[in-house]
Amino acid sequence: MKKHQNLLLILAVILLALVPLGVVQTDEEETFTGADGEAMVVINQIAPDYEPWFSPFWEPPSAEVESLLFALQAALGGGFIGYYLGVSITRVRMRRAWQQGQPCA
Amino acid sequence: MHIMEGFLPAGHAIGWILVSAPVVAYGVYSLGKKVKKHPEYRMLLGVAAAFTFILSALKIPSVSGSSSHPTGTGFGALLFGPTAMAPIGLVVLLFQALLLAHGGITTLGANVFSMAIVGPFVAYGVFRLARMVRLPFGLAIFLATCSANLMTYLTTSAQLALAFPDPAGGFVASFVKFAAIFAFTQLPLAIIEGLLSVLIFNALARFNPQELRQMNLLQAPEAQP
Repeated sequence: MKKHQNLLLILAVILLALVPLGVVQTDEEETFTGADGEAMVVINQIAPDYEPWFSPFWEPPSAEVESLLFALQAALGGGFIGYYLGVSITRVRMRRAWQQGQPCA
Repeated sequence: MHIMEGFLPAGHAIGWILVSAPVVAYGVYSLGKKVKKHPEYRMLLGVAAAFTFILSALKIPSVSGSSSHPTGTGFGALLFGPTAMAPIGLVVLLFQALLLAHGGITTLGANVFSMAIVGPFVAYGVFRLARMVRLPFGLAIFLATCSANLMTYLTTSAQLALAFPDPAGGFVASFVKFAAIFAFTQLPLAIIEGLLSVLIFNALARFNPQELRQMNLLQAPEAQP
């Protein structure tokens, strides 16, 4: 169990993200829109007169540009974590090799 | 959990900024002190920030038929204490507000409060409590980060309900409406966040046990792979 724990964790994450895609059936044109946007719709229902008093300085001109920036955000994070884990693993290995009196390759 | 730009009345927007600013300032101060004392923590701090960067970029479909994202702030709070994530969350939210038109400058205070203050404090508290009653390390991490995620979204619901009380049912009716959107969507995502946090802690416990022990997160026997 312990040995496969990480694999099971990854599988569970993938399942949790995939299952809704198959299970949810709606007649609406757009499903899986952002919850942030749905909250905005509720605001409009509760307070129909409310006008947002400030708008973003800049908006991504298209969904493609938006996904570029989101991908960039995730890539930055993923790259750094990968780098750190690589450094850590190498450190553990070199320490072990050093303790066994072998030269570090 | 991003309250969109301009969608909080000015009074509320300023109020949340006033609430969040001192916590961010204290977070910067305490992080500075910690990094000065332990320069080797700098890399781990980067990992905490990177984790939040990835997780808050992932829009994941949920059973409610809408998509939302994990926050990743619970993980860093367990490493560096609850206030440490306030400045890090601010950076992530600023990136999204300026470049992605996600959230906004006027709603920054409110969004920092829910994602980078309430979430981390909940994670920290739940983790301490879980360890106090001797729950296993992995389960404690899971419960802490999972509940941090949920509480972040309940906080957003409360913030919106305060700003937009239902004309008939007041705060409560409005809160129920917002929570129905956020909390239900968030349930599987909170579980995902908990699982991913356990995953990264497993890696840290294996390759960096000495840092975790220094941070009082691991006792010596548990560090054995």
